Amino acid sequence: MTFITPVLNYTLLSPILILLAGALVGVLIEAFVSKTLRSTAQLSITIGTLVLSLTQVWKIRNEESTLVAMGSVVIDGPAILLQASILIISIISIFVIADTDHFTALAAALPGSDEERHSVESGNQVTEVYPLTLFAISGMMLFPVATDLITLFVALEMLSLPLYLLAGLSRRRRLASQESALKYFLLGAFSSAFFLLGMAYLYGYSASVTFAGIRASVVGGSGNDVLLLIGIAFVSIGLLFKVGAVPFHAWSPDVYQGAPTPITGFMAAATKIAAFGAMLRIYYTVFANAQWSWSPALSAIAIITMLFGSLVAIAQRDVKRMLAYSSIAHAGFLLSGVIALNKAGLDASIFYLFAYGVATVGAFAVVTLVRDSAGEVTDLNRWKGLGKRSPWVATTFAAFLLAFAGIPLTSGFIGKFAIFSAAYESGAKAVVIAGILSSAIAAFFYIRVIVLMFFTDPVQDGTSVQIPSALTRITVIFAIILTIALGVFPAPLLSFITDLATFIR
Amino acid sequence: MDVANYLYLSALLFTIGAVGVIVRRNAIVVFMCIELMLNAANLSFVTFSRINGDLNGQVIAFFTMVVAACEVVVGLAIIVMIYRSRRSASVDDASLLSR
Repeated sequence: MTFITPVLNYTLLSPILILLAGALVGVLIEAFVSKTLRSTAQLSITIGTLVLSLTQVWKIRNEESTLVAMGSVVIDGPAILLQASILIISIISIFVIADTDHFTALAAALPGSDEERHSVESGNQVTEVYPLTLFAISGMMLFPVATDLITLFVALEMLSLPLYLLAGLSRRRRLASQESALKYFLLGAFSSAFFLLGMAYLYGYSASVTFAGIRASVVGGSGNDVLLLIGIAFVSIGLLFKVGAVPFHAWSPDVYQGAPTPITGFMAAATKIAAFGAMLRIYYTVFANAQWSWSPALSAIAIITMLFGSLVAIAQRDVKRMLAYSSIAHAGFLLSGVIALNKAGLDASIFYLFAYGVATVGAFAVVTLVRDSAGEVTDLNRWKGLGKRSPWVATTFAAFLLAFAGIPLTSGFIGKFAIFSAAYESGAKAVVIAGILSSAIAAFFYIRVIVLMFFTDPVQDGTSVQIPSALTRITVIFAIILTIALGVFPAPLLSFITDLATFIR
Repeated sequence: MDVANYLYLSALLFTIGAVGVIVRRNAIVVFMCIELMLNAANLSFVTFSRINGDLNGQVIAFFTMVVAACEVVVGLAIIVMIYRSRRSASVDDASLLSR
């Protein structure tokens, strides 16, 4: 019996491997470095790792598209673009996460116990949040580039499991935070069971675990269609859960509200890129020839998602919940890029994901700044008159909201325009009409918040805007500049994406 | 015996698990039902592997077991923490959010 030595192409895999190595170093730091140095060491390792990984992605951007790791992973144009977006968004998220005041000093201690108080007083802050985030990021990097079922499933769990834990690490309102972790975990595991069964049926249909093999069976059309349909349906459930599309959205408002705000921002932006990246790859390559079977269902889900997200967001009184419903609506807009199933749809989706991700991290970074003595204030009624007390913070937040609403001169407008015109070209007119309608509904509640901040009198209840730390300030400034720059000069990024974004099959 | 019977068994187990997740209240039992669903999917993989005469399905089953074990570590940590702070592992009691 002979063994074939696997060829891995370490250069092309290096962005993911660097992140995993950084995460493992982070675990060691957590165990062995003294508490005074730990926080600084973790932060520098994490940022260093991310920057190194990003430069590596930049270096390999012009390599020829190819399958690596024996056909388990593909590095092509969309892979480079998605990985770079995930890394940029992770770096600016880490700057907000670095403000350790958001995280519990000792996750294992009971809320309100002596043990917890003691570790806060002695400054014994644990910093496991950094390695957990790095593990989640490496899962996110792997998810959209996986080209076989095993890698896809392992990457899904690699990005999910750390996020379940991160959701439960909030310093204040710890019971709510733990509750959000429980909900996220149970529903996430439930959906990954569906995902796994769907994969089993795809395997049964095609007798192959690689995307290329499944695609060949779909194109050939000789297999049992029932197996294919069950497979597509169940795999879609798993993916739609991760992006938070209706009717699989139940977790997202609770998790967005309960999780520590920097984590919410990171999760909302980066998970969406990873999950939509995988979704685009699977639908554009593997399922493309079975479009007749999934396109109507996915269009219906997209329409319901857009309208539901926009309508329910109107009724929200909590800023984090409102942003959660807004992200559900955005998942619907992004689904129209998947439905488009053409080159323009792919380019537009990648641009939209990046632009939306940057604005989301920025918006949640602003939310972390509005506080009273008990921590963050997320009740919208207490945001009244914020524009009069802290005009800069309120203006920045207003700009992010306008970008979410898709007002011209912001990145949101370009993203929406590109994605809807791609969907229109492909003939999905109902989706486009529903999208424009729900954008109009959504504009209502974004603008209501702006009116609340600028045109109502402030309430005197101790709500104040905290002076941002230097790193948080960098994030907010970077996000606002990029949001406006991509709205005014989108052409360079758009043409960069258009040149690079082609799936290899 | 017809190998397809194992697929029916797997579908049955998966359904029992899914119904269990929806109707049971204790987080541990809900979690056990999810594990049952994962194992049902494993049974499908192994059956398809036999039907297709291809070993990859059995390899996936092993990977799934490892991933399920990791999920147990994370899941039990979260559930135990919830139980310690609330003295209850019922998923209905955890309703601070969504108001």
